[in-house]
This record gives sequence, structure tokens and C-alpha cells, in this order.
Amino acid sequence: MLHLPILRYGKPYRSVDVSTAIHYRTRQPYVEISQANVGLIRRDLLQQHEAAAILQGFTTRELIVMAGKASGYFLNDDLPQSPQEFVESVSATTGLPWVMVRRNMDKIAGVLASMETVLMGLTRLPALDMLDTGRGEMDGRALSFFPRGNSMGVILPSNSPGVHSLWAPAIALKTPLILKPGSSEPWTPYRIIQAYIKAGVPAEVFGYYPTSHAGGAEVLRGTGRGMLFGDVAAAKAWSGDPRIEIHGPGYSKIILADDGAANWDKYLDLMVDSVANNSGRSCVNCSSIWTTGNGRELAQALAERLAKIKPTSEEDPHAAVAPLANPDVAKRISAMVDSELDADAEDLCAKVRGSERVAVYEGCTYLLPSVIHVSSKEHAMANREFGYPHVSVVQVEPHELPHCLGPTLVCTALTNDTKLHQRLLANPHIGRLNLGAISTMKISWDQPHEGNLFDHLYSRRAFQAVPELVG
Amino acid sequence: MVMSTATQPDLFARVNANKERLDAHVREIVQWHFNPETGCPFWLNWAQEAGWDPRKEVSSYEDLAKFGNFSDDELRGGPVRRWIPKGLAHRPAYVFETGGSTGLPKSRVQMDDFRIDYENFSETLPDESFPKGSDWLMLGPSGPRRLRLAVEHLAQHRGGIAFSVDLDPRWVIKLIKRGQLQEAELYKQHCVDQALTILRSHEVKCMFTTPKLLEALCEKINLEKVGVKGVFCGGTEMTPQFHRFAVEELLGPNVYFAPTYGNTLMGLATHRAPEPKDNWAIIYYPPCPRALLEVVDFDDATKVVGYGETGRVRLTTLTKETFIPRFLERDECEREAPCDQYPWDGVRNVRPFSRFQKSVVEGVY
Repeated sequence: MLHLPILRYGKPYRSVDVSTAIHYRTRQPYVEISQANVGLIRRDLLQQHEAAAILQGFTTRELIVMAGKASGYFLNDDLPQSPQEFVESVSATTGLPWVMVRRNMDKIAGVLASMETVLMGLTRLPALDMLDTGRGEMDGRALSFFPRGNSMGVILPSNSPGVHSLWAPAIALKTPLILKPGSSEPWTPYRIIQAYIKAGVPAEVFGYYPTSHAGGAEVLRGTGRGMLFGDVAAAKAWSGDPRIEIHGPGYSKIILADDGAANWDKYLDLMVDSVANNSGRSCVNCSSIWTTGNGRELAQALAERLAKIKPTSEEDPHAAVAPLANPDVAKRISAMVDSELDADAEDLCAKVRGSERVAVYEGCTYLLPSVIHVSSKEHAMANREFGYPHVSVVQVEPHELPHCLGPTLVCTALTNDTKLHQRLLANPHIGRLNLGAISTMKISWDQPHEGNLFDHLYSRRAFQAVPELVG
Repeated sequence: MVMSTATQPDLFARVNANKERLDAHVREIVQWHFNPETGCPFWLNWAQEAGWDPRKEVSSYEDLAKFGNFSDDELRGGPVRRWIPKGLAHRPAYVFETGGSTGLPKSRVQMDDFRIDYENFSETLPDESFPKGSDWLMLGPSGPRRLRLAVEHLAQHRGGIAFSVDLDPRWVIKLIKRGQLQEAELYKQHCVDQALTILRSHEVKCMFTTPKLLEALCEKINLEKVGVKGVFCGGTEMTPQFHRFAVEELLGPNVYFAPTYGNTLMGLATHRAPEPKDNWAIIYYPPCPRALLEVVDFDDATKVVGYGETGRVRLTTLTKETFIPRFLERDECEREAPCDQYPWDGVRNVRPFSRFQKSVVEGVY
């Protein structure tokens, strides 16, 4: 059986305690993953400052070049898994079809390859060498920055590899990484680390600690800055800690005001992509559509489109839905959805499809798309997210937008209503605003996403200096 | 996996001899506890209500099955004098309490058991690592814990003096339950600071501590460099990985690591010297005949599982001070075969009982 070791500042360590991730199709053990005990993590974190000092020895420019090389290695090289072996491994333990894994690979490689653009977008600095000197000028004003911690601890999810693009720039920002991989997606962070090392980044700046919840808590407690991907409960546990950037459910949305709602059918492709891309697993997948008109017609048309999505083989280049690695989870989620359906919330997709939401294909269990037409914004199903292609369509009054939306990671607004634009721009609950026909899935890497990694890792200090420091 | 106990003829004979010794001990203990002249009120009342006389019907260890499984609720609350055998009523008594991590603590009244248990345990400690006459640090729970006095007695029994710290594990549990993890961490550091003060100002060569406190202490100090030669560790679960980590990284090759499994009700199960084939598994043997550990089927606690198989730990305590037949612990493990050093059943890799829904907050202890 395959084995993934712990990486203790780059050094592989095979633990006595192991966990096993199973193949979603065969239900047989597929990979054994060494588990770090809490004390081992604590002990290693005592050396964070040494790892930080190593990265401080490089210029940002050098690290950007290495990230560029890492991009190519990540996509094309044996690390030691070949790219195809990697694709098959991710697919085996997460259920993602190969085409989706490759799409996520491209996304990660894209971030690594365009690291300079990413950093310029995050920092908005005129020159990145200010990160090397710690000081500089912008428009004639002195600027100075300092790192807020010796490393960043990241608790990673298992749902989709795309999220790894969020923390990958930390290395170019001279911040060592302490990663706790998701229990069924240990592959991608391991491969990114290997790609970086092959590109010349010292192995000593990477910690990779598959571990328990307690070990994950130690990673977050023991590092200067942290990032957490998790569900509502996990996010709540750390919500009061300003050191931790939390990535919970996205509740991403598309809104159509009167003009957009009148032409809703023009945006059907965009809605399908926003809801179903990556099998609905991403926090940037649209989970609800809020329209001021034609709600029922829009929901019906969307249901007819999404009902065409069918399970297919993992190798199918057109695969559009992924099975769940654990069939019981699929059944539980579906039961949860059903329990909240009533006369005011109807699954039109199930009706069009004429079959259950839970489907079994070649021994694997899938959650097929659902389009819930909800008659009231107060209904429990109006604003939910489930991690499969699921969307609610809610009709609201124009004046209710955007206050009725609540926390929204990505909001695509389909309207020319400039007053509504202003209200959206002023809304503090929207993480990313797309004005116009832009899929919620489309990420622009020169924009901060879910918090600004630079602001998270660095802080600005007051700074003054005279030309002659000592007379 | 089924392992045979009879891998060597002499071991087989020793297992049988031990069985005879155990049965004789069971008869002696049952006679004592159910004799109206010497028994404690709890068991004398129990026998009256049960309508049978254990003195007549129990002649072997297996016969203890007639008692069914002991409920630990019997040990919660007072009056604690119901547990004092009449035959020992003239002796000064101590009352010790369990952790209190699952509600009202269980109590055990003792006179000398803690001393006897730890004197027996002392025999298993290598003198080169726990030198006779050297002083000890007790970095563990204070208050109503048996461990506190027991370790002090162990030190005294070996000719040393035990230094100790103030440590209230129940406060830590409250902090954790309230979500005040930072406060819990600070309290742990407070305990470690006390230990550091002792280690830096006295010549301590031996110590007891818990796994978490050992980790925290070793973040601050190199125990070998301050002269510690042996660490006796217990109190909470130890995984094989922790075992390896403690030996390889926390202590190093020159400090002896003695993991133990014990509690207020049992006493102390000592570990068998590790062998490479064990892959850092921690294998404990109870202090037979004073206490026995069995591994029983999760769904049928009357059935002992096969060697190497997993089940729930069942404890039987058989001393003149305490009789507790067939108590189901909150732990699970694999059943281990007798060995040369211990010709009776042991337990491997003890860990919290996985079927309990309610998690137990262990804190620093």
C-alpha cells in the first residue's frame, strides 16, 4: 500500500500511528498516512524561527522564480508520483473525476506560474523588493512592513484540491508552512511541497503533519498565523482568534435585479457553471440565486439543464459530477435536504429527472443536482450550502437586495442598476463582488480572495528615517 | 490472530502454577470480605440481598463470574465507611478519589494497598535508572489522588525523598470544558514552572509525570542534562507513537522510560520491556494476584476475547482492603499472552473505549 510520511521541516518521518484512506470505488484501503502525535508537532514548532530565517535569506524575486519552476514541476514531473498517478490518487480518495482533478491542477499551477501578478495584487506595492528590505516608498511616503509570525499553520480540507492555491503564495511571501492535510486529500499539499523543493526552496521550510483534530488545534495554536478550512462548527471554534483566517462555507450567490431578471435566460450557462463546476464542491460555487422576477421560470430552466448531469466514469473527460467517497454521507445530506422541503420549497431538478437525488453508478454513490425553488427568503432552504451541485432560487423584492443575502463569499450581480451596485459595494458581508456576467467560479489572481494573504501575514509599521542615520 | 500461551513448556507450567496461586488468593480474599467478622458493610449487605454465600460458592477466579459485572456507580458518593473491612477498622484509613472527569468521583478507601502496590512496582524498576537513595520529582496530580502519596512512598521505599508540585487536574478540566484553552495552557506552564524550579535547585534523578506534562517539561529542559535517569509515566493514554517519541526524542537513549497503566481502583500495571517486534506497542501486565485485567467482547462482556483480539478492559481487584470483581473500565485494548516475566494475561495498547459517545476531558493529567 502507498504510504505518505510526515514531513518534519522537510525530513520524512514514518509514524507508528497511521490512518488509512480508502478508495471510493473499491472501498479498500488505498493509502496509509503517518499520523503526527501532538507532542511531536509542539516540539517541531519550537524551530519555526529557524525556518523563517531560511526564507528571509532569499529575495522575493528568487522565490517568484522558484514558484514559476514549481508550477511546471507540479504539472509535469514525477514528485515522486507521476502526474497521472497523482490524478488517480486524488480521484481515488476524494471521488473527483480525473478531469476535475486536472482542472484543479491547472488552477494551482496557474497561481504558482503567475506568482508575481499574485503578489502584486495582494500587496499593491510598486515594487516587490520592499518585502526584502522591509521598507520603501510609495508616492513619496515611507512604508515599512514586518511579518506577523514565523510561520503559517493551515488546516486543509478534503473536498477539492483547488483551495490549495490560496496558501501556496505564502512561500513567496517568505513564510514557512505548517500544513495539516485533509484526511482524504493528503496528495495535493504533499505534491506542492515536493514541487517547491525541486524548484530550489529549502525543504526545511515545510512542515506536513497529518494528524488528529487535537494535532490540528496545536498547529493553529502554535503558529504565528493560521488558516482554517472547515465546516460551520470548525470555523466557529476559532472565530474569535484574530490570528486565524477562516474559510468556512461560502454561500456564494448570483443576484438578478429587474433588468437581469427580465433577461434571465441569457445567463443560464453562467448559472450552470457557477452551480455545477467542480461538482459543486467549492466555496465559490453558487448555492443560491436571488432574483426580483421570473423566479419560477428561471428555476425550472436551470433544473432542466442540471437534470442532464449524470454519473459517468472517473476517466470521462466530460464528467460533471463526482461521487462521494463515503456513501453514508451522501444519504445523510440528501435526507437533510428532504427534511427541509415542503410546499414552499420544491426540488424541481428531482422532478425533471424523475429519480432520486442519491444515485448509484458502478457501485459508487452520487448526489445528483438539486434546484430548490423557494417561495420565501425566510425559508430554511433559501440560503444553504451542501457541497454538491445544489442551488436555491429565491424571488425577492428589489428593495430587499442586498440586505437579505447575509454573508456571501462571491456575489455575481446581473444588473445595470447603479444604485444597487453602490449598495453592493457598501455591503460588508460580500467577500468578492462580480459586476456583470462573471461566473462565481472565476478567480482573478491579482485580486485578494477570501481575505488578503499579504495582510494576513504582514503588518504595516510606522516608519521614519533621515538620510544620515549617525552623524 | 490467535496466540498460544504454550509456546514454551516451562511458560505453560508457570501459567498453570500462577493459576493455582490466583485461585487460592481468590478464595482467601472472598473468605475475608464475606466473613461477618472481617468483611466490609457493602459486601456483607450485598451477600445478604443476593441470597447466596460467596464463601461457599467461589473457589476459583472463574467463579467470580457469579457476581456479574461491578457497577462503578457503587463507588460514587458516601458513606465511604461502607467500604472499610471490619478486620481493618482499627487501621488509619485514607480515601482516594478518581479523576472526576466523568462526574461524581469514585472513591476508594485504603490503608496500605497503595504502599504495597508501589513496593511491588518498585521491584520492576531497574536500579541503574532509578538509583536507590536518589530523590524524585512527582509532577502529577496533588489533592485527593492516590498517585500523589503512592509516588512519595515509592521514593521513600527506595531510600529517596519526593519533591512535588501543586496540580489540580479538575481545574484544568473545567477550563477545557469552558473553552478556555489558553488558560489551560497557562496552568500547564504553571505546573511545569514548579517542576523546573525543583529540577534546577535539587539533585533529582527519578521522576513521575504524565505524558502531556512530560512533553511540556521537555520543551523547557533536557532531563538528561539535569541528571534525571529514569521517568515513570502514566495517568493518561499513551499511544505507541507517543512511546517512540518519548524514548527517541523527549528523553533520549540514556534516560529510562517506564510507561504504566493504572488507576485508583487497580493499582499499577507495569510494562513489559519493549522488543523490536512490538513496534512500540505498550504492553502492560497487572499486579496479579492483587489485580487482574481481562479483555472482553464489546457486545458480550461475559466472553473473554482471544489473544491479539480487541475488546474492553475488565478489572478485578483482589486485596484485603478492596474487593472489586469484574469492573468494566472505560478503556479498550488487545489481549496479550503471558510471558516469561509475567505468566498471566496482559493488555496491549490501552486506549479510551471507542464506543463511548461522550468524550472524556483528560486535561493535563
